[in-house]
Amino acid sequence: MEKKTDKNLYTVIFAVVMVLVVGSLLAFTASSLKPAISENERIEKQQNILYAMGYNQNEETTIEFISTDKVAEMFKTKVKDQLVLEYQDGKIISKQTRQEYMDANDGQEPYLIDVKKQQAEAKKGNPRKLPLFIGENEGKTYYVAPIYGKGLWDAIWGFIAVDEDMIVRGTFFDHAGETPGLGANIKQRYFMDDFYGEHLLTSNGVFKGINVAKGNNDPKNERKTDYKVDALAGATITGDGVSAMIKADMGLYVPYFKNLKNETN
Amino acid sequence: MGILSKKDSKLITDPLADNNPITIQVLGICSALAITAELKASLVMGIAVMFVLGVGNVVISLMRNIIPSKIRIIVQLIVVAALVIIVDQVLKAYAYELSKTLSVFVGLIITNCIIMGRFEAFALGNGPWRSFLDGIGNAAGYALILVAVGFFRELLGSGTLFGYPVLGDAIEKTGVYSIGYENNGFMLMPPMALIIVGLIIWAQRSRNKDLIED
Repeated sequence: MEKKTDKNLYTVIFAVVMVLVVGSLLAFTASSLKPAISENERIEKQQNILYAMGYNQNEETTIEFISTDKVAEMFKTKVKDQLVLEYQDGKIISKQTRQEYMDANDGQEPYLIDVKKQQAEAKKGNPRKLPLFIGENEGKTYYVAPIYGKGLWDAIWGFIAVDEDMIVRGTFFDHAGETPGLGANIKQRYFMDDFYGEHLLTSNGVFKGINVAKGNNDPKNERKTDYKVDALAGATITGDGVSAMIKADMGLYVPYFKNLKNETN
Repeated sequence: MGILSKKDSKLITDPLADNNPITIQVLGICSALAITAELKASLVMGIAVMFVLGVGNVVISLMRNIIPSKIRIIVQLIVVAALVIIVDQVLKAYAYELSKTLSVFVGLIITNCIIMGRFEAFALGNGPWRSFLDGIGNAAGYALILVAVGFFRELLGSGTLFGYPVLGDAIEKTGVYSIGYENNGFMLMPPMALIIVGLIIWAQRSRNKDLIED
């Protein structure tokens, strides 16, 4: 005899009820947890920017961010200004201060600008917003810019802190789904630290970027003007992704730094 | 085991050795290859699968008499996917750092054949308590192999364990590196995971000849 659960009508009703129950459960979970998740993401951005500027609680080989209870206060005092540059056709066409940007965008902080969306805008031919965070560490002014690109499996992103000569003073890289032990090592301290002191511009002021190079003949990265850092074993495509995103996104800030130089000279 | 009957305790102990899901049933190999380059990742993946399989087995077992047989695989898939998404969201809200470590594995948990295999082979025919024990046992057997593979790959490939250098400094040439040892980059590549799993299978079958099929 056919069981009740084998009937077609039962199967259809079961499927519909199951989809409704699971759908509502997931929707309820997502909406009730959204405020907490957004807050965590906001804190993370602040921690990452401060990390690139050299503010952290690192010990020898670890990566320790400023703790979540202190990060908001620290961000307020150490990041003196947040600029939003508008970039189109190789030029910076406008410059907004933090307050101007917030007034025009319902109070949204510039550090929450979605770089991925801005890249898509630029592809459509629209102006692209470039956030730049200006802060101080040990008496020196650091300029921190966000970068965003593609690794082997998924997105990679980060923040690069440079001085007014576009010499790297700190980095932070992160990824959505690179392979643990291989591409995911872009988030390791030894990889990020290698970028310190690397030049982005040639002596003539031409932007060159930094290559994550296989067989780099300088494993301790002592030559800081060779535009190369040592690659990670087994992570060629992720490494190439890091080089590409530095080249693509940091290159856009060059006109700003040239202006800055001219102003100070 | 005091609180468990002999039959129940076998549900936990069998998958650890002579009925191991990876080495005997040869399931869940894909994730074993993908994430075992690091010991920490292996451990996190093991714990995540233990949670999803333990709870998932209970849910499927509770629903076993009302699931229509024609769509049971889809129902199982929905249960795994929903559990994994809920766990991921809760971690993102309350344990953000851990969720970032886990996010890489979420997709891999959903496609892990051990989970679907246990739902199909055990939870659909047994009560919730025994299904829970079966889930925990199989996930523990899986985690055990992952940790073993992760241990050798990270130690010989990067010279570290849980990220801490244990063999010395490869660039400054201290520790074993001072006598000419080099990290074996091949250990970090997925094929090496397959070779290590193969070696474990070989060792296990030569120790217990009953495991060898004709």
